[in-house]
Amino acid sequence: MTLGYGTSLIMLALLLLVPLFVKNFIIFQLTMLLIYGLAVLALNILTGGSGQFSLGQSAFYAVGAYTSAILMEHAGMNYALTLPVAGLICFGFGFLFGQPALRLSGVYLALATFALATAMPQLLKLGYFEHWTGGVQGLVVTKPDAPFGLPISQDMWLYYFTLVITIAIYIFSVNLLQSRSGRALMAIRDNEIAASAMGVDVALYKTLAFGVSAGITGIAGGLGAIAVQFVAPDAYTITLAISLFLGMVVGGVGWLPGSIVGSAFIIFVPNIAEGISKGLSGAVFGVLLFLVIFLVPHGARQVAIVAQQLMGKLKRN
Amino acid sequence: MRSKQKMRIAAFSTVIAFVTTSGAALAQKKYDTGATDAEIKIGNIMPYSGPASAYGVIGKTEAAYFTKINAEGGIKGRKINFITYDDGYSPPKAVEQARKLVESDEVLLVFNPLGTPSNSAIQKYLNSKKVPQLFVATGATKWNDPKSFPWTMGWQPSYQSEARIYAKFLMKEKPDAKIAILYQNDDFGKDYLKGLKDGLGAKASAIVAEESYETTEPTIDGHIVKLKSTGADTFISITTPKFAAQAIKKLGEIEWKPLHIVSNVSASVGSVMKPAGFENSQGILSAAYAKDGADPQWDNDPGMKKFYAFLEKYYPEANKLDGSVVFGYGVAQTMAKVIEMCGDNLTRENVMKQAASLKDFAPDTLLPGVKINTSATDFAPIEQLQMMRFKGEKWELFGDIISGELSN
Repeated sequence: MTLGYGTSLIMLALLLLVPLFVKNFIIFQLTMLLIYGLAVLALNILTGGSGQFSLGQSAFYAVGAYTSAILMEHAGMNYALTLPVAGLICFGFGFLFGQPALRLSGVYLALATFALATAMPQLLKLGYFEHWTGGVQGLVVTKPDAPFGLPISQDMWLYYFTLVITIAIYIFSVNLLQSRSGRALMAIRDNEIAASAMGVDVALYKTLAFGVSAGITGIAGGLGAIAVQFVAPDAYTITLAISLFLGMVVGGVGWLPGSIVGSAFIIFVPNIAEGISKGLSGAVFGVLLFLVIFLVPHGARQVAIVAQQLMGKLKRN
Repeated sequence: MRSKQKMRIAAFSTVIAFVTTSGAALAQKKYDTGATDAEIKIGNIMPYSGPASAYGVIGKTEAAYFTKINAEGGIKGRKINFITYDDGYSPPKAVEQARKLVESDEVLLVFNPLGTPSNSAIQKYLNSKKVPQLFVATGATKWNDPKSFPWTMGWQPSYQSEARIYAKFLMKEKPDAKIAILYQNDDFGKDYLKGLKDGLGAKASAIVAEESYETTEPTIDGHIVKLKSTGADTFISITTPKFAAQAIKKLGEIEWKPLHIVSNVSASVGSVMKPAGFENSQGILSAAYAKDGADPQWDNDPGMKKFYAFLEKYYPEANKLDGSVVFGYGVAQTMAKVIEMCGDNLTRENVMKQAASLKDFAPDTLLPGVKINTSATDFAPIEQLQMMRFKGEKWELFGDIISGELSN
């Protein structure tokens, strides 16, 4: 389920040290890597944990992004304080959405969430909210400076800020899935009837999974708004939801460390595809995706398991 | 650990400082990042993939134009290195690509990035970095704001100024019009609608119906039927090509024959009028600032001859019926003109200064009489259009060149 201590420490060291040696532009990309990683992780809890599909994560991401942006620009709130608010609002939103979604499962649930994702950009454009959301023009967000006069760039500060939040949420998620609640979720995923026979409150846990997932996605959205410095309805279309879904599959469904691999896939592979051919970037991306799904259907998790087995063999020799 | 970090940062910043100062020391002729004796790096962001990928042709035309310039020896001996990236029409991706261009490729300026959302997303970043964001490919009115954003400039006439021209026309030719409007529910549609209402002023009550549609709707037939039922006698279609063609076709089907105005965005013979059927398109009005590549009346025009020769040699697979090709050529020519005017002073500041000193410049593909003028307080290069009417298989221009200049 999780990484060993050694691997975790190496990962942590890499995440801490790499930004010191690269350009600001790459630090920005790494920040986006963490942010999308968080969003993929949130979907992973929902799908990998409780077995519910969602193609509507972009809607929660958008609500989080807009919450942060509106609080920062209209209410003058500190950027760090907007994140818990974004998380809470999205938790409530996800929890409420989870109620009707209880009656649905499998592809039907996927379609219901899909509706949410397609509706969101239009809701954000509504004239009624335009005063706050900026309507179709979006909102420009001010990027925070490093506090306490630290001599580091805005990008580097934002990276470490995001890293701390990501690690905290990662540890929370790992513990959540290993706790009593996590076991209840997995029991529901494996067999709903058996789970309820054991005394698991299926309805409560399913909606909670939706709430937690939406809450984390909301925090990711808020961070995304701060990093990109701009929110607009067209940034949160169904394409984003599908990208996140893709990231989860590539990373390995239900394997939390895979989230960051999946996030890397959705950020960097389109760039590679573009480098190969501008006119056919979409087709090249499709081919690469197909190769991944064909060769390693369980994503990064499968690669990790194979690597582990190889290491084990080497040690024995 | 912390002191080590600090040392690394210090070492890193010294390297940066050294690199930048040594670059400046070489400069006899005044260069900023991205310009040398041998080449000028120009960055660009285009939606080669995604919902707006049809516009990717603009980027390809520009690349071909700079290839032509390089083949002819460059500008003052300097070759243009045109670096163009795909943003898939997604604002966060545009930010990533803009940062890549500025920080990794180190371009002198970002030229003609496409789309209002994408440009809004990168505007603040480029202005804070003092990198020119020149001739953006969007008609939003907000790019003409030299006070708040001195590093950003538009190119084409803004949607609002075009809409004002229609308002002027209607008030003069059909003062008792009952107007029905169909608009796309996004920045383009709303900006346009505002221009129309501002232009009509006190006469805005002539608008009897407004309907909006989403780009995700498969068909807009329902909206058209609803608008017809209001009894309007004037129909303004603020639509992108696919929907403009649908509207024209539907109007023909339900035999509704109002005075029909389509926005310039969709005034293309190849991608709108022809698919909608010429028999349905007769008498439609629009306004233009550029020549139509599909129109035989320009076959002997010296500017268009140069344009066709360019296409033949450097971009033979291009569809000359596509308005985007004409657009890409005109805007790339304007860019080349600005670089030429910069002479040997290729600093970002001077680029902006020259871009803001264009006087009566007329690219080959603009209508006769339409000229590009800019100044330190006017960052809207093209502000003139001419009304036209569709007749037979082509547009016929009529009336004078009208200026839709916004009086602020």
